[in-house]
Amino acid sequence: MSRRARLAFFTVAAAALAVTLGVGLGGLPSFGSQISAYARMLNGLAQSQRHVTDVVSAISFDYRGIDTLFEEFILLSAVAGISVLLRPLSDETRELPADKAPDRSIPPPSPAVWLLAVFLSSLLVLIGIETVTHGQLTPGGGFQGGVILASAIYVVYLGTNYVTVERFQPAPLLEASDGVGASGYVFIGLLGLLVGASFLSNVVGLGVAGNLISGGTIPLLNLVVGVEVAAGFAILASEFLDQTAVIRTRRR
Amino acid sequence: MSEAVIAVALVWVAVSGTAVVLTRDPLRQAFVAGFFGLGLALLYLSLQAGDVALSQIVVGAIALPLIVLLSLAKVRKDRE
Repeated sequence: MSRRARLAFFTVAAAALAVTLGVGLGGLPSFGSQISAYARMLNGLAQSQRHVTDVVSAISFDYRGIDTLFEEFILLSAVAGISVLLRPLSDETRELPADKAPDRSIPPPSPAVWLLAVFLSSLLVLIGIETVTHGQLTPGGGFQGGVILASAIYVVYLGTNYVTVERFQPAPLLEASDGVGASGYVFIGLLGLLVGASFLSNVVGLGVAGNLISGGTIPLLNLVVGVEVAAGFAILASEFLDQTAVIRTRRR
Repeated sequence: MSEAVIAVALVWVAVSGTAVVLTRDPLRQAFVAGFFGLGLALLYLSLQAGDVALSQIVVGAIALPLIVLLSLAKVRKDRE
């Protein structure tokens, strides 16, 4: 395509985008205005209908549960795509850092960094589990908690080295967790069909609002999303770390 | 009071967002982008969107800088 044709194409596309975006933005409620009727309705209904105290969780995992299903699969396919892109290519080999200079050991991190990593990683695991399991009560849930859990592994790498952190994240376990988490969402959705209701309907006992176990399928979905997201982000970090630490261009 | 917090968050986002664009070195840009992400998280929190703020913190301040840093390390090692 010639330069002139590209420019013409861009001008038309940019003008169309500007018009549609302008019209769309013009229709938005103004900054700090009153919340919409739909939001007001859900604020009033969610706690009595679904026995949760965090309305956002009720929307993402119940009223709009199907949207979250697709969002979860966006992450799954992104992780799968990264894994394919970052595989060792035909002109690359995998060499452990230790293989390069067998007579020299990898320098250990300073005791202060090590101590900080031990402290932070255990704290991150705790906060991650807390965030995943309290999604129906307070802001948070499977997605946020999952990333926090995965970041515990990053901190382990910060305080130790590549060989140690690989022991914490065996690839088969990560990949299995990623798949189990993603398919778990579908299976929990199928529970609804099993009892004769629609897909992803909240068919498990709702419990008492404000209790840890309440909200029916909402905490279950948070749990599987947490597993999927934690494994997905750990795979991401581990793929990039492999690229940095062990995958090298083959010498000719 | 809440207006003041929103104003601080908006200014922080505007300043750090501009700083991300003006930083030319990718390594420094990763850190500046992390601060930009934290600013966005504060903005969402001040607008009472706690769930979005949490997502913004974990993605903007943890996942994104980490992946940028590891990619930079790979590119630099290949250049050696």
